[in-house]
Amino acid sequence: MTNISIANTESKNHNWQKTRKKLVPFAYLSPTIALLTVLSLIPIAIVFYYSLMDNVIITRDAPSFVGISNYVDIITDSVFLEALSNTLFLTIVSVVAHLIIGLAFAMLLNTEVISPMTRALFRVVYILPWVFTASIIAILWRLMLNPNGIINYLLMWSNLVSHQIEWLGSREVALYAVTFINIWAGYPFYMVSLLAGLQGISKDLYEAGTIDGASRIQLFRYITLPQLKPIILSLAMLDFIWTTHQFTLIWMTTGGGPIRSTEVLSTFTYKLAFSSYKFSLASANAFIILTLSIVVALFYVRNQKATGE
Amino acid sequence: MMSRSVKYGITKTLILIALMTGALFAGFPVLWMLSSSFKSNTEIFAYPPSFISDAFTLEAYIAVLTNPEQLRFFFNSYLVSIMVTLFTLVVGILGGYSFSRYDFKFKKSINLIIIGVQAVPPITLMIPYFGLIVALKLYNTYWALILTYMVFTLPYAIIMMTGYFNTLPRDLDEAVLIDGGTSLVALWRVLVPISIPGIVSIGVYTFMLAWNEFLFALTLTKTNDMRTVPVGIQLLMGQHSYEWNQMMAMSVLGSLPVLLLFLIFQRYFIAGMSAGSVKG
Repeated sequence: MTNISIANTESKNHNWQKTRKKLVPFAYLSPTIALLTVLSLIPIAIVFYYSLMDNVIITRDAPSFVGISNYVDIITDSVFLEALSNTLFLTIVSVVAHLIIGLAFAMLLNTEVISPMTRALFRVVYILPWVFTASIIAILWRLMLNPNGIINYLLMWSNLVSHQIEWLGSREVALYAVTFINIWAGYPFYMVSLLAGLQGISKDLYEAGTIDGASRIQLFRYITLPQLKPIILSLAMLDFIWTTHQFTLIWMTTGGGPIRSTEVLSTFTYKLAFSSYKFSLASANAFIILTLSIVVALFYVRNQKATGE
Repeated sequence: MMSRSVKYGITKTLILIALMTGALFAGFPVLWMLSSSFKSNTEIFAYPPSFISDAFTLEAYIAVLTNPEQLRFFFNSYLVSIMVTLFTLVVGILGGYSFSRYDFKFKKSINLIIIGVQAVPPITLMIPYFGLIVALKLYNTYWALILTYMVFTLPYAIIMMTGYFNTLPRDLDEAVLIDGGTSLVALWRVLVPISIPGIVSIGVYTFMLAWNEFLFALTLTKTNDMRTVPVGIQLLMGQHSYEWNQMMAMSVLGSLPVLLLFLIFQRYFIAGMSAGSVKG
Protein backbone atom coordinates (compact mmCIF):
# COMPACT_ATOMS: atom_id res chain seq x y z
CA MET A 1 0.00 0.00 0.00
CA THR A 2 2.63 2.47 1.13
CA ASN A 3 4.91 1.26 -1.60
CA ILE A 4 2.32 1.98 -4.21
CA SER A 5 1.65 5.47 -2.88
CA ILE A 6 5.35 6.26 -2.83
CA ALA A 7 5.65 5.07 -6.38
CA ASN A 8 2.69 7.23 -7.25
CA THR A 9 4.13 10.41 -5.75
CA GLU A 10 7.43 9.66 -7.40
CA SER A 11 5.89 9.35 -10.81
CA LYS A 12 3.84 12.46 -10.11
CA ASN A 13 7.05 14.30 -9.21
CA HIS A 14 8.62 12.91 -12.32
CA ASN A 15 5.71 14.07 -14.44
CA TRP A 16 5.80 17.49 -12.85
CA GLN A 17 9.52 17.77 -13.58
CA LYS A 18 8.89 16.75 -17.14
CA THR A 19 6.15 19.35 -17.57
CA ARG A 20 8.33 21.96 -15.97
CA LYS A 21 11.10 21.17 -18.36
CA LYS A 22 8.69 21.50 -21.23
CA LEU A 23 7.55 24.88 -19.95
CA VAL A 24 11.05 26.38 -19.64
CA PRO A 25 11.41 27.46 -23.30
CA PHE A 26 7.96 29.04 -23.16
CA ALA A 27 8.92 30.93 -20.00
CA TYR A 28 11.89 32.40 -21.85
CA LEU A 29 9.66 33.31 -24.77
CA SER A 30 6.75 34.58 -22.70
CA PRO A 31 7.57 38.33 -22.89
CA THR A 32 7.95 38.01 -26.67
CA ILE A 33 4.75 36.02 -27.06
CA ALA A 34 2.80 38.45 -24.86
CA LEU A 35 4.08 41.52 -26.68
CA LEU A 36 3.60 40.20 -30.19
CA THR A 37 0.15 38.83 -29.38
CA VAL A 38 -1.18 42.04 -27.86
CA LEU A 39 0.52 44.50 -30.20
CA SER A 40 0.69 42.57 -33.45
CA LEU A 41 -1.62 39.57 -33.81
CA ILE A 42 -4.63 41.13 -32.06
CA PRO A 43 -4.34 44.42 -34.01
CA ILE A 44 -4.20 42.45 -37.26
CA ALA A 45 -7.32 40.56 -36.23
CA ILE A 46 -9.01 43.85 -35.33
CA VAL A 47 -8.07 45.45 -38.65
CA PHE A 48 -9.48 42.46 -40.50
CA TYR A 49 -12.69 42.68 -38.42
CA TYR A 50 -13.01 46.43 -39.12
CA SER A 51 -12.50 45.83 -42.82
CA LEU A 52 -15.59 43.61 -42.94
CA MET A 53 -17.78 46.03 -40.95
CA ASP A 54 -19.32 49.44 -41.40
CA ASN A 55 -19.68 52.12 -38.72
CA VAL A 56 -16.57 51.32 -36.70
CA ILE A 57 -14.73 53.48 -34.14
CA ILE A 58 -16.18 56.99 -34.49
CA THR A 59 -19.89 56.42 -34.94
CA ARG A 60 -23.13 56.34 -32.99
CA ASP A 61 -24.64 53.43 -34.83
CA ALA A 62 -23.71 49.88 -34.02
CA PRO A 63 -21.15 48.33 -36.38
CA SER A 64 -22.80 46.23 -39.05
CA PHE A 65 -21.37 43.38 -41.06
CA VAL A 66 -20.97 44.25 -44.73
CA GLY A 67 -18.76 41.44 -46.00
CA ILE A 68 -16.37 42.31 -48.79
CA SER A 69 -18.13 45.51 -49.84
CA ASN A 70 -15.39 47.71 -48.33
CA TYR A 71 -12.85 45.82 -50.40
CA VAL A 72 -14.94 46.30 -53.53
CA ASP A 73 -15.22 50.03 -52.77
CA ILE A 74 -11.47 50.35 -52.30
CA ILE A 75 -10.41 48.37 -55.35
CA THR A 76 -12.73 50.35 -57.63
CA ASP A 77 -11.70 53.70 -56.10
CA SER A 78 -9.70 55.76 -58.60
CA VAL A 79 -7.53 57.25 -55.83
CA PHE A 80 -6.59 53.75 -54.68
CA LEU A 81 -5.58 52.80 -58.20
CA GLU A 82 -3.54 55.99 -58.50
CA ALA A 83 -1.86 55.32 -55.13
CA LEU A 84 -1.17 51.73 -56.15
CA SER A 85 0.44 52.77 -59.43
CA ASN A 86 2.50 55.50 -57.68
CA THR A 87 3.61 52.98 -55.06
CA LEU A 88 4.65 50.50 -57.74
CA PHE A 89 6.53 53.20 -59.68
CA LEU A 90 8.34 54.42 -56.56
CA THR A 91 9.14 50.87 -55.47
CA ILE A 92 10.29 49.35 -58.75
CA VAL A 93 12.39 52.35 -59.84
CA SER A 94 13.93 52.57 -56.34
CA VAL A 95 14.76 48.87 -56.18
CA VAL A 96 16.42 48.90 -59.60
CA ALA A 97 18.33 52.14 -58.95
CA HIS A 98 19.40 51.01 -55.48
CA LEU A 99 20.75 47.85 -56.98
CA ILE A 100 22.68 49.58 -59.77
CA ILE A 101 24.14 52.31 -57.55
CA GLY A 102 24.78 49.92 -54.65
CA LEU A 103 26.60 47.45 -56.89
CA ALA A 104 28.59 50.16 -58.68
CA PHE A 105 29.74 51.70 -55.39
CA ALA A 106 30.49 48.31 -53.87
CA MET A 107 32.67 47.40 -56.86
CA LEU A 108 34.46 50.76 -56.72
CA LEU A 109 35.18 50.20 -53.03
CA ASN A 110 36.39 46.69 -53.76
CA THR A 111 39.04 47.58 -56.37
CA GLU A 112 42.57 46.85 -55.26
CA VAL A 113 44.00 49.65 -57.39
CA ILE A 114 43.15 52.14 -54.61
CA SER A 115 44.82 52.02 -51.22
CA PRO A 116 42.81 50.56 -48.31
CA MET A 117 42.91 53.86 -46.39
CA THR A 118 41.36 55.80 -49.28
CA ARG A 119 38.76 53.11 -49.72
CA ALA A 120 37.84 53.22 -46.02
CA LEU A 121 37.41 56.98 -46.25
CA PHE A 122 35.15 56.76 -49.29
CA ARG A 123 33.19 53.97 -47.65
CA VAL A 124 32.24 56.24 -44.76
CA VAL A 125 31.18 59.01 -47.17
CA TYR A 126 29.13 56.57 -49.25
CA ILE A 127 27.32 55.22 -46.20
CA LEU A 128 26.36 58.73 -44.98
CA PRO A 129 22.76 58.83 -46.31
CA TRP A 130 22.05 55.76 -44.19
CA VAL A 131 22.59 57.47 -40.84
CA PHE A 132 19.90 60.10 -41.46
CA THR A 133 16.33 59.44 -40.51
CA ALA A 134 13.58 59.80 -43.10
CA SER A 135 12.13 62.98 -41.59
CA ILE A 136 15.54 64.68 -41.63
CA ILE A 137 16.18 63.50 -45.19
CA ALA A 138 12.78 64.90 -46.18
CA ILE A 139 13.54 68.35 -44.72
CA LEU A 140 17.03 68.46 -46.17
CA TRP A 141 15.77 67.75 -49.66
CA ARG A 142 12.92 70.21 -49.30
CA LEU A 143 15.57 72.83 -48.66
CA MET A 144 17.72 71.72 -51.59
CA LEU A 145 14.82 71.24 -54.02
CA ASN A 146 13.17 74.53 -53.10
CA PRO A 147 12.60 76.59 -56.29
CA ASN A 148 15.20 79.06 -54.95
CA GLY A 149 17.39 76.24 -53.65
CA ILE A 150 20.81 74.98 -54.47
CA ILE A 151 19.76 72.28 -56.95
CA ASN A 152 17.97 74.72 -59.24
CA TYR A 153 20.90 77.14 -58.89
CA LEU A 154 23.41 74.47 -59.94
CA LEU A 155 21.24 73.27 -62.83
CA MET A 156 20.74 76.79 -64.16
CA TRP A 157 24.40 77.71 -63.65
CA SER A 158 25.43 74.72 -65.76
CA ASN A 159 22.71 75.59 -68.33
CA LEU A 160 20.93 72.26 -67.90
CA VAL A 161 17.61 73.98 -67.28
CA SER A 162 16.49 77.47 -68.25
CA HIS A 163 14.06 78.28 -65.44
CA GLN A 164 13.40 77.37 -61.80
CA ILE A 165 11.64 74.04 -61.43
CA GLU A 166 9.09 73.35 -58.68
CA TRP A 167 10.51 69.90 -57.95
CA LEU A 168 8.11 68.97 -55.17
CA GLY A 169 5.33 71.34 -56.10
CA SER A 170 4.40 70.40 -59.65
CA ARG A 171 2.34 67.40 -60.69
CA GLU A 172 4.67 66.53 -63.54
CA VAL A 173 7.91 66.02 -61.61
CA ALA A 174 6.96 65.53 -57.93
CA LEU A 175 6.84 61.73 -58.17
CA TYR A 176 10.25 61.64 -59.89
CA ALA A 177 11.70 63.99 -57.27
CA VAL A 178 10.38 61.88 -54.38
CA THR A 179 11.69 58.71 -56.05
CA PHE A 180 15.10 60.32 -56.45
CA ILE A 181 15.19 61.23 -52.74
CA ASN A 182 14.23 57.67 -51.84
CA ILE A 183 17.02 56.34 -54.07
CA TRP A 184 19.56 58.62 -52.38
CA ALA A 185 18.36 57.52 -48.95
CA GLY A 186 18.33 53.78 -49.58
CA TYR A 187 21.31 52.61 -51.65
CA PRO A 188 23.87 52.31 -48.78
CA PHE A 189 22.12 49.23 -47.42
CA TYR A 190 22.66 47.47 -50.76
CA MET A 191 26.22 48.73 -51.01
CA VAL A 192 27.22 47.38 -47.61
CA SER A 193 25.68 43.95 -48.20
CA LEU A 194 27.02 43.66 -51.75
CA LEU A 195 30.49 44.71 -50.61
CA ALA A 196 30.44 41.89 -48.07
CA GLY A 197 29.27 39.59 -50.86
CA LEU A 198 32.03 40.70 -53.26
CA GLN A 199 34.67 40.12 -50.61
CA GLY A 200 33.33 36.61 -50.17
CA ILE A 201 33.89 35.59 -53.81
CA SER A 202 36.96 33.39 -54.16
CA LYS A 203 39.83 34.97 -56.13
CA ASP A 204 40.54 31.59 -57.75
CA LEU A 205 37.37 31.99 -59.80
CA TYR A 206 38.62 35.22 -61.35
CA GLU A 207 42.11 33.79 -61.91
CA ALA A 208 40.67 30.76 -63.67
CA GLY A 209 38.49 33.06 -65.77
CA THR A 210 41.42 35.27 -66.73
CA ILE A 211 43.52 32.26 -67.74
CA ASP A 212 40.66 31.15 -69.97
CA GLY A 213 40.92 34.55 -71.67
CA ALA A 214 37.70 36.10 -70.35
CA SER A 215 37.32 39.87 -70.66
CA ARG A 216 36.39 42.05 -67.68
CA ILE A 217 32.81 42.24 -68.82
CA GLN A 218 32.69 38.47 -69.16
CA LEU A 219 34.17 38.05 -65.68
CA PHE A 220 31.44 40.32 -64.34
CA ARG A 221 28.69 38.61 -66.31
CA TYR A 222 29.69 35.00 -65.65
CA ILE A 223 31.37 35.15 -62.20
CA THR A 224 30.42 38.25 -60.20
CA LEU A 225 26.70 38.38 -60.98
CA PRO A 226 25.94 34.66 -60.48
CA GLN A 227 27.89 34.68 -57.19
CA LEU A 228 25.96 37.70 -55.92
CA LYS A 229 22.57 36.46 -57.12
CA PRO A 230 21.27 35.17 -53.75
CA ILE A 231 22.22 38.41 -51.99
CA ILE A 232 20.70 40.50 -54.77
CA LEU A 233 17.43 38.57 -54.58
CA SER A 234 17.22 38.96 -50.78
CA LEU A 235 18.00 42.67 -50.93
CA ALA A 236 15.50 43.32 -53.70
CA MET A 237 12.69 41.56 -51.85
CA LEU A 238 13.40 43.26 -48.51
CA ASP A 239 13.64 46.61 -50.26
CA PHE A 240 10.42 45.93 -52.13
CA ILE A 241 8.60 45.32 -48.84
CA TRP A 242 10.14 48.35 -47.13
CA THR A 243 9.54 50.77 -49.99
CA THR A 244 5.89 49.79 -50.34
CA HIS A 245 5.61 50.71 -46.62
CA GLN A 246 7.31 54.08 -47.08
CA PHE A 247 5.33 56.77 -45.28
CA THR A 248 7.53 59.36 -43.57
CA LEU A 249 9.48 60.46 -46.62
CA ILE A 250 6.35 61.08 -48.71
CA TRP A 251 4.40 62.55 -45.83
CA MET A 252 7.06 65.11 -45.03
CA THR A 253 8.06 66.10 -48.56
CA THR A 254 4.78 66.33 -50.45
CA GLY A 255 2.12 64.84 -48.16
CA GLY A 256 0.96 62.85 -51.20
CA GLY A 257 0.36 65.94 -53.33
CA PRO A 258 0.20 68.02 -55.32
CA ILE A 259 -3.28 66.69 -56.19
CA ARG A 260 -2.46 63.06 -55.37
CA SER A 261 0.46 62.95 -57.79
CA THR A 262 2.69 61.34 -55.11
CA GLU A 263 -0.06 59.58 -53.14
CA VAL A 264 1.14 56.11 -52.11
CA LEU A 265 -0.76 53.31 -50.39
CA SER A 266 0.39 54.25 -46.89
CA THR A 267 -0.36 57.98 -47.15
CA PHE A 268 -3.72 57.12 -48.73
CA THR A 269 -4.55 54.80 -45.80
CA TYR A 270 -3.43 57.37 -43.25
CA LYS A 271 -5.63 60.06 -44.80
CA LEU A 272 -8.63 57.73 -45.07
CA ALA A 273 -8.33 56.95 -41.36
CA PHE A 274 -7.12 60.12 -39.69
CA SER A 275 -8.36 62.88 -42.03
CA SER A 276 -11.64 61.49 -43.39
CA TYR A 277 -12.33 59.10 -40.47
CA LYS A 278 -13.37 56.36 -42.90
CA PHE A 279 -11.94 53.67 -40.67
CA SER A 280 -13.64 50.72 -42.39
CA LEU A 281 -12.29 51.64 -45.80
CA ALA A 282 -8.88 52.44 -44.32
CA SER A 283 -8.86 49.02 -42.64
CA ALA A 284 -9.71 47.26 -45.89
CA ASN A 285 -6.91 49.17 -47.57
CA ALA A 286 -4.49 48.37 -44.73
CA PHE A 287 -5.36 44.69 -45.00
CA ILE A 288 -4.70 44.72 -48.76
CA ILE A 289 -1.23 46.19 -48.13
CA LEU A 290 -0.61 43.55 -45.47
CA THR A 291 -1.58 40.75 -47.87
CA LEU A 292 0.72 42.09 -50.60
CA SER A 293 3.61 42.31 -48.11
CA ILE A 294 3.04 38.81 -46.77
CA VAL A 295 3.05 37.39 -50.31
CA VAL A 296 6.42 39.03 -51.05
CA ALA A 297 7.70 37.93 -47.62
CA LEU A 298 6.79 34.31 -48.38
CA PHE A 299 8.93 34.48 -51.53
CA TYR A 300 11.69 35.93 -49.37
CA VAL A 301 11.51 33.10 -46.84
CA ARG A 302 11.47 30.53 -49.64
CA ASN A 303 14.50 32.15 -51.24
CA GLN A 304 16.31 32.20 -47.87
CA LYS A 305 15.63 28.49 -47.41
CA ALA A 306 16.77 27.64 -50.90
CA THR A 307 20.07 29.51 -50.59
CA GLY A 308 20.72 29.23 -46.87
CA GLU A 309 21.08 25.47 -46.55
CA MET B 1 50.91 49.12 -77.37
CA MET B 2 50.49 50.92 -74.09
CA SER B 3 52.87 49.87 -71.37
CA ARG B 4 51.40 48.21 -68.34
CA SER B 5 52.17 51.06 -66.00
CA VAL B 6 50.46 53.63 -68.24
CA LYS B 7 47.41 51.39 -68.47
CA TYR B 8 47.45 50.96 -64.70
CA GLY B 9 47.71 54.71 -64.26
CA ILE B 10 44.72 55.35 -66.53
CA THR B 11 42.62 52.75 -64.71
CA LYS B 12 43.54 54.29 -61.39
CA THR B 13 42.63 57.81 -62.54
CA LEU B 14 39.30 56.65 -63.96
CA ILE B 15 38.43 54.85 -60.75
CA LEU B 16 39.39 57.88 -58.68
CA ILE B 17 37.18 60.11 -60.84
CA ALA B 18 34.29 57.65 -60.40
CA LEU B 19 34.90 57.55 -56.63
CA MET B 20 34.84 61.36 -56.44
CA THR B 21 31.62 61.57 -58.45
CA GLY B 22 30.01 59.05 -56.14
CA ALA B 23 31.23 60.94 -53.09
CA LEU B 24 29.67 64.11 -54.45
CA PHE B 25 26.33 62.34 -54.92
CA ALA B 26 26.43 60.86 -51.41
CA GLY B 27 28.08 63.65 -49.49
CA PHE B 28 26.98 66.92 -51.06
CA PRO B 29 23.50 67.02 -49.43
CA VAL B 30 25.11 66.31 -46.06
CA LEU B 31 27.64 69.13 -46.54
CA TRP B 32 24.80 71.42 -47.54
CA MET B 33 22.94 70.55 -44.34
CA LEU B 34 26.03 71.42 -42.29
CA SER B 35 26.66 74.60 -44.23
CA SER B 36 23.04 75.79 -43.92
CA SER B 37 23.02 75.16 -40.18
CA PHE B 38 25.78 77.78 -39.81
CA LYS B 39 23.93 80.47 -41.74
CA SER B 40 21.44 83.03 -40.61
CA ASN B 41 17.95 82.35 -41.90
CA THR B 42 18.02 85.32 -44.28
CA GLU B 43 21.07 83.88 -46.00
CA ILE B 44 19.60 80.44 -46.66
CA PHE B 45 18.44 81.29 -50.17
CA ALA B 46 21.06 83.97 -50.84
CA TYR B 47 21.97 84.45 -54.50
CA PRO B 48 24.57 83.36 -55.45
CA PRO B 49 24.66 80.64 -52.76
CA SER B 50 27.84 80.18 -50.76
CA PHE B 51 29.15 77.15 -48.98
CA ILE B 52 30.86 78.92 -46.14
CA SER B 53 28.97 82.11 -45.59
CA ASP B 54 30.82 85.30 -44.66
CA ALA B 55 28.42 85.71 -41.80
CA PHE B 56 29.27 82.36 -40.22
CA THR B 57 27.03 82.11 -37.19
CA LEU B 58 26.08 79.69 -34.44
CA GLU B 59 22.73 81.39 -33.90
CA ALA B 60 20.70 78.40 -35.15
CA TYR B 61 22.42 76.03 -32.72
CA ILE B 62 22.05 78.48 -29.85
CA ALA B 63 18.36 78.91 -30.68
CA VAL B 64 17.78 75.13 -30.64
CA LEU B 65 19.86 74.45 -27.53
CA THR B 66 18.30 77.23 -25.46
CA ASN B 67 14.73 76.36 -26.32
CA PRO B 68 13.38 74.09 -23.53
CA GLU B 69 10.69 72.68 -25.82
CA GLN B 70 13.26 71.52 -28.35
CA LEU B 71 15.61 70.18 -25.71
CA ARG B 72 12.69 68.13 -24.46
CA PHE B 73 12.42 66.47 -27.91
CA PHE B 74 16.00 65.32 -27.53
CA PHE B 75 15.45 64.12 -23.98
CA ASN B 76 12.38 62.14 -25.10
CA SER B 77 14.22 60.60 -28.02
CA TYR B 78 17.16 59.52 -25.85
CA LEU B 79 14.90 58.13 -23.13
CA VAL B 80 12.68 56.17 -25.49
CA SER B 81 15.54 54.87 -27.64
CA ILE B 82 17.64 53.76 -24.67
CA MET B 83 14.70 52.01 -23.01
CA VAL B 84 13.72 50.29 -26.25
CA THR B 85 17.31 49.13 -26.72
CA LEU B 86 17.62 47.73 -23.18
CA PHE B 87 14.25 45.96 -23.21
CA THR B 88 14.76 44.62 -26.72
CA LEU B 89 18.16 43.20 -25.78
CA VAL B 90 16.90 41.49 -22.60
CA VAL B 91 13.76 40.05 -24.18
CA GLY B 92 15.62 39.22 -27.40
CA ILE B 93 18.40 37.37 -25.57
CA LEU B 94 15.86 35.28 -23.63
CA GLY B 95 13.95 34.52 -26.83
CA GLY B 96 17.07 33.68 -28.81
CA TYR B 97 18.24 31.38 -26.02
CA SER B 98 14.94 29.54 -26.08
CA PHE B 99 15.07 29.04 -29.85
CA SER B 100 18.71 28.05 -29.87
CA ARG B 101 18.80 25.59 -26.97
CA TYR B 102 15.35 24.02 -26.67
CA ASP B 103 13.02 21.95 -28.75
CA PHE B 104 9.39 22.57 -28.00
CA LYS B 105 5.89 22.38 -29.38
CA PHE B 106 4.94 25.07 -31.90
CA LYS B 107 8.62 26.11 -32.21
CA LYS B 108 8.35 26.34 -35.98
CA SER B 109 5.06 28.24 -36.01
CA ILE B 110 6.22 30.73 -33.36
CA ASN B 111 9.41 31.27 -35.32
CA LEU B 112 7.42 31.82 -38.51
CA ILE B 113 5.20 34.39 -36.77
CA ILE B 114 8.27 36.25 -35.51
CA ILE B 115 9.72 36.36 -39.03
CA GLY B 116 6.33 37.32 -40.44
CA VAL B 117 5.84 40.25 -38.05
CA GLN B 118 8.80 41.94 -39.75
CA ALA B 119 6.80 42.12 -42.96
CA VAL B 120 3.72 43.69 -41.36
CA PRO B 121 3.31 47.25 -42.69
CA PRO B 122 3.32 49.81 -39.85
CA ILE B 123 0.31 51.49 -41.43
CA THR B 124 -1.72 48.27 -41.04
CA LEU B 125 -1.20 48.33 -37.27
CA MET B 126 -1.87 52.06 -37.06
CA ILE B 127 -5.67 51.97 -37.15
CA PRO B 128 -6.31 49.38 -34.39
CA TYR B 129 -3.35 50.71 -32.37
CA PHE B 130 -4.90 54.02 -31.74
CA GLY B 131 -7.92 52.44 -30.02
CA LEU B 132 -5.81 49.76 -28.36
CA ILE B 133 -3.30 52.19 -26.86
CA VAL B 134 -6.11 54.41 -25.58
CA ALA B 135 -7.84 51.35 -24.08
CA LEU B 136 -4.61 50.30 -22.35
CA LYS B 137 -4.41 53.85 -20.96
CA LEU B 138 -1.04 54.36 -22.64
CA TYR B 139 -1.96 57.17 -25.05
CA ASN B 140 0.53 60.07 -24.94
CA THR B 141 2.99 58.16 -22.68
CA TYR B 142 6.54 56.91 -23.14
CA TRP B 143 5.29 53.34 -22.72
CA ALA B 144 3.12 53.63 -25.81
CA LEU B 145 6.23 54.35 -27.88
CA ILE B 146 8.54 51.90 -26.09
CA LEU B 147 6.20 48.92 -26.43
CA THR B 148 5.26 49.80 -30.00
CA TYR B 149 8.85 50.10 -31.15
CA MET B 150 9.65 46.74 -29.60
CA VAL B 151 7.20 45.10 -32.01
CA PHE B 152 9.53 46.22 -34.80
CA THR B 153 12.89 45.72 -33.09
CA LEU B 154 12.29 42.45 -31.25
CA PRO B 155 11.91 40.06 -34.23
CA TYR B 156 15.28 41.13 -35.66
CA ALA B 157 16.91 40.83 -32.22
CA ILE B 158 15.55 37.32 -31.66
CA ILE B 159 16.49 36.07 -35.11
CA MET B 160 20.02 37.47 -34.78
CA MET B 161 20.49 36.23 -31.20
CA THR B 162 19.30 32.73 -32.18
CA GLY B 163 21.83 32.69 -34.99
CA TYR B 164 24.57 33.92 -32.68
CA PHE B 165 23.85 31.38 -29.93
CA ASN B 166 23.69 28.61 -32.54
CA THR B 167 27.35 29.23 -33.33
CA LEU B 168 28.34 28.66 -29.67
CA PRO B 169 28.94 25.03 -28.61
CA ARG B 170 26.31 23.51 -26.31
CA ASP B 171 29.04 22.11 -24.03
CA LEU B 172 29.47 25.61 -22.64
CA ASP B 173 26.07 25.83 -21.00
CA GLU B 174 25.83 22.11 -20.30
CA ALA B 175 28.91 22.39 -18.08
CA VAL B 176 27.04 24.88 -15.93
CA LEU B 177 23.95 22.64 -15.76
CA ILE B 178 26.04 19.64 -14.65
CA ASP B 179 27.55 21.77 -11.88
CA GLY B 180 24.01 22.34 -10.66
CA GLY B 181 23.45 25.81 -12.09
CA THR B 182 20.14 26.73 -13.70
CA SER B 183 19.75 27.45 -17.38
CA LEU B 184 19.38 31.14 -16.58
CA VAL B 185 22.80 31.13 -14.90
CA ALA B 186 24.28 29.40 -17.94
CA LEU B 187 22.80 32.05 -20.18
CA TRP B 188 23.76 35.05 -18.07
CA ARG B 189 27.21 33.99 -16.88
CA VAL B 190 28.50 32.07 -19.89
CA LEU B 191 26.66 32.78 -23.14
CA VAL B 192 25.96 36.50 -22.79
CA PRO B 193 29.57 37.55 -22.03
CA ILE B 194 30.92 35.81 -25.14
CA SER B 195 28.11 37.18 -27.32
CA ILE B 196 28.93 40.85 -26.69
CA PRO B 197 29.88 41.60 -30.35
CA GLY B 198 26.52 40.30 -31.57
CA ILE B 199 24.65 42.07 -28.78
CA VAL B 200 26.36 45.36 -29.60
CA SER B 201 25.41 45.18 -33.27
CA ILE B 202 21.79 44.36 -32.41
CA GLY B 203 21.78 47.16 -29.84
CA VAL B 204 23.03 49.76 -32.33
CA TYR B 205 20.49 48.67 -34.92
CA THR B 206 17.68 48.81 -32.35
CA PHE B 207 18.72 52.25 -31.15
CA MET B 208 18.76 53.51 -34.75
CA LEU B 209 15.27 52.19 -35.47
CA ALA B 210 13.87 53.72 -32.29
CA TRP B 211 15.66 57.04 -32.76
CA ASN B 212 14.36 57.35 -36.32
CA GLU B 213 10.73 56.26 -35.92
CA PHE B 214 8.16 58.81 -37.07
CA LEU B 215 4.69 57.42 -37.84
CA PHE B 216 3.85 56.07 -34.37
CA ALA B 217 5.57 58.94 -32.58
CA LEU B 218 3.30 61.25 -34.55
CA THR B 219 0.09 59.33 -33.90
CA LEU B 220 0.46 57.96 -30.36
CA THR B 221 1.58 61.19 -28.68
CA LYS B 222 -0.39 64.39 -28.48
CA THR B 223 1.34 67.03 -26.36
CA ASN B 224 4.61 68.69 -27.33
CA ASP B 225 6.36 67.53 -24.15
CA MET B 226 6.01 63.91 -25.39
CA ARG B 227 7.27 64.47 -28.93
CA THR B 228 10.53 62.95 -30.22
CA VAL B 229 13.13 64.55 -32.50
CA PRO B 230 11.74 63.39 -35.89
CA VAL B 231 8.27 64.70 -35.02
CA GLY B 232 9.74 67.79 -33.36
CA ILE B 233 11.48 68.75 -36.60
CA GLN B 234 8.17 68.57 -38.39
CA LEU B 235 6.60 70.80 -35.71
CA LEU B 236 9.40 73.30 -36.20
CA MET B 237 8.47 73.39 -39.85
CA GLY B 238 4.86 74.24 -39.11
CA GLN B 239 5.15 76.55 -36.09
CA HIS B 240 7.61 79.13 -37.29
CA SER B 241 7.55 80.22 -40.86
CA TYR B 242 10.38 78.03 -42.08
CA GLU B 243 13.35 78.62 -39.83
CA TRP B 244 15.52 76.64 -42.23
CA ASN B 245 18.76 77.25 -40.37
CA GLN B 246 17.22 75.99 -37.12
CA MET B 247 15.74 72.95 -38.84
CA MET B 248 19.18 72.14 -40.27
CA ALA B 249 20.86 72.65 -36.89
CA MET B 250 18.31 70.34 -35.31
CA SER B 251 18.86 67.81 -38.11
CA VAL B 252 22.61 67.86 -37.47
CA LEU B 253 22.10 67.49 -33.71
CA GLY B 254 19.45 64.83 -34.28
CA SER B 255 21.75 62.79 -36.51
CA LEU B 256 24.84 62.98 -34.30
CA PRO B 257 23.96 60.11 -31.92
CA VAL B 258 23.40 57.67 -34.76
CA LEU B 259 26.45 58.92 -36.66
CA LEU B 260 28.67 58.50 -33.59
CA LEU B 261 27.29 55.05 -32.77
CA PHE B 262 27.82 54.11 -36.38
CA LEU B 263 31.41 55.36 -36.56
CA ILE B 264 32.36 53.70 -33.25
CA PHE B 265 30.74 50.36 -33.95
CA GLN B 266 31.09 50.37 -37.73
CA ARG B 267 32.77 47.01 -37.92
CA TYR B 268 30.31 45.12 -35.71
CA PHE B 269 27.41 46.87 -37.24
CA ILE B 270 28.15 46.21 -40.90
CA ALA B 271 28.93 42.57 -40.20
CA GLY B 272 25.71 42.20 -38.23
CA MET B 273 23.53 44.00 -40.76
CA SER B 274 24.74 42.14 -43.77
CA ALA B 275 24.58 38.80 -41.97
CA GLY B 276 21.05 39.58 -40.85
CA SER B 277 19.74 40.70 -44.18
CA VAL B 278 21.44 38.20 -46.33
CA LYS B 279 21.73 35.00 -44.40
CA GLY B 280 18.70 35.51 -42.13
